[in-house]
Amino acid sequence: MQVEGLHKSYGALKAVDGIDLEIPRGSCFGLLGPNGAGKTTTIEMMEGIVKADDGRILFKGKPIGGDFKKKVGIQFQNTALPEFITVKETLELFSSFYPHPRPMDELIELCSLLDILNQDNRKLSGGQRQRMLLALAIIPKPEMLFLDEPTTGLDPQARRNFWKLIEGVKAEDTSILLTTHYMDEAQLLCDYIAIMDKGKVLECDTPQKLLEKHFKGVLIRLPHDGDERELPQGAVITGGNLEMQTVDLDASLKKLLSSSYDLTGMTIDKPNLEDLFIKLTGSSLRT
Amino acid sequence: MNQFLAMVKARTMEFVRDRGTFFWNLLFPLILVFGFSFVFSGNQDKIFKVGLLGDVPQSSQYSFLELEQAEFIPYDLEQIDRETVVQKLRMHQLDMLLDFDKNSYYINDQSANGKILRMLLQNPQYNQMALQEKEVSGKAIRYVDWLVPGVIGMNMLFSCMFGVGFVIVRYRKNGVLKRLKATPVSAFSFVSAQMASRFFIVLLTSMVVFAGTNIFLKFMMLGSYWNLILITALAILCMISLGLIFASRFKSEELASGVLNLLNFPMIIFSGVFFSLEGTPPLMQKIARFFPLTHFIEGARAIMLEGAGFVQILPNLITLAAMTLLFLVTASLLFQWD
Repeated sequence: MQVEGLHKSYGALKAVDGIDLEIPRGSCFGLLGPNGAGKTTTIEMMEGIVKADDGRILFKGKPIGGDFKKKVGIQFQNTALPEFITVKETLELFSSFYPHPRPMDELIELCSLLDILNQDNRKLSGGQRQRMLLALAIIPKPEMLFLDEPTTGLDPQARRNFWKLIEGVKAEDTSILLTTHYMDEAQLLCDYIAIMDKGKVLECDTPQKLLEKHFKGVLIRLPHDGDERELPQGAVITGGNLEMQTVDLDASLKKLLSSSYDLTGMTIDKPNLEDLFIKLTGSSLRT
Repeated sequence: MNQFLAMVKARTMEFVRDRGTFFWNLLFPLILVFGFSFVFSGNQDKIFKVGLLGDVPQSSQYSFLELEQAEFIPYDLEQIDRETVVQKLRMHQLDMLLDFDKNSYYINDQSANGKILRMLLQNPQYNQMALQEKEVSGKAIRYVDWLVPGVIGMNMLFSCMFGVGFVIVRYRKNGVLKRLKATPVSAFSFVSAQMASRFFIVLLTSMVVFAGTNIFLKFMMLGSYWNLILITALAILCMISLGLIFASRFKSEELASGVLNLLNFPMIIFSGVFFSLEGTPPLMQKIARFFPLTHFIEGARAIMLEGAGFVQILPNLITLAAMTLLFLVTASLLFQWD
């Protein structure tokens, strides 16, 4: 799937400001960005739900339309389901919309729905509900699957269970476009990521290449004591921590000790996507 | 399963399992019918109602007109024909009719009140003009007989307008419509499934309410049940189509509820659910002709109380069909998923 020069404005607000993306077949593509970055608008334009002001959206080289809806699966950020009907009845209802739906047994097994089949939609827990919504999204055996923040609000265990389901779908050679606030999720599932802010794509590549491009060595992080003495070369204060990126760990530690820093609580990590995100957007992911 | 049938099934299950709404749809009209039947069953027969036609003499010339227990209702033959007034006597809306033009009085041989009034007129002291007796026949129409088509019509109106109008607005607000838009389902398929589900629910509940109350109240039913079902079915389609217009764009349940009530209450008042429009200002009667409920109630009452056949109710059927078409076209032009 390809997107070229996509624009969308709501009044004076430019929600999406000329973005280009390409999602290779069979890959999982992560779209990351703070709230209001334009992720949901972008994904909904690609789904054909929201009309773009300008730009092209191509699926297998052709503009979306026609049978596109029969070939894609969608899980919205917020979805209500018909009330007073069970999971099984909802699956049957949505299966009736597609010419070649996935067999019910397969759906139930893939999304671990056996225990909740006869449960009323209103009584599903957060994790059960997300599994159910994923099942609805994969009914048409989609070639392209859109997942808009599918694990937001889930507890850590439910999130991990959900990742396994997504990996199962990915194994079927389905292309996935995933938006998420969780960097561990993106790092684990995504083959490619694009970081968006203010309607623009800031960076787009594989997670590994992006980290290599922006970070060298390791990241030393220690609680800042608030003393206004001169910072060692290469160190910055971020969110109450002193952070120092370095390729020569020995030399950096010596610098900190010579500056009388208390190394209690110090961590040494390889930079991750969250560090990259903060570096690029200047904001925390959940703000 | 066919997508249309699957959507009809899902919407119907949603309604039936929502027990509060389901029982309210059945209980509300039952409560109204029994309640009104009880309230209006008491003292009505204590007053004699006597219709007057022609040049009415002074009471000093005709002592019967001094009877304090009787309400005398003059009718102008330039505005109403004689047969219509006689029909009121047949239906027990009048106990006696004095026709001074024809030098006659009419009584209904099945009316107890009429027989009491006849005894008075057989006394020459009251009947100085020696009016001659003419007898007509007809069973009494109780208020509840007259009321039941109105109450069923009102229940149909609420159920259709809110069951489609309000529900689709709720679907739009909470994102169900957006989810459906992401599937290959067409707007036509979705809307027609909603209509079909609501149509069967309302038709069935109306029949249950009618049959259930009829067991105890034994309504007058002079016409054909098929004609009654026909006009009921057409009225339901018409009201659902009207509800669809409001469902086509609104995103707020509060706004939809307000607008639906704004339309429903005048319709109930001006369509003759609880009282006859006879004698109301002509403008009000003209406005009432634009409401589907008016045509349903008029047609259903004509079938039940006057034994009207297909031809007699045809104007009401044609009007309901034309309104249905107009509302459907308008709704389809306005409809948006989100």
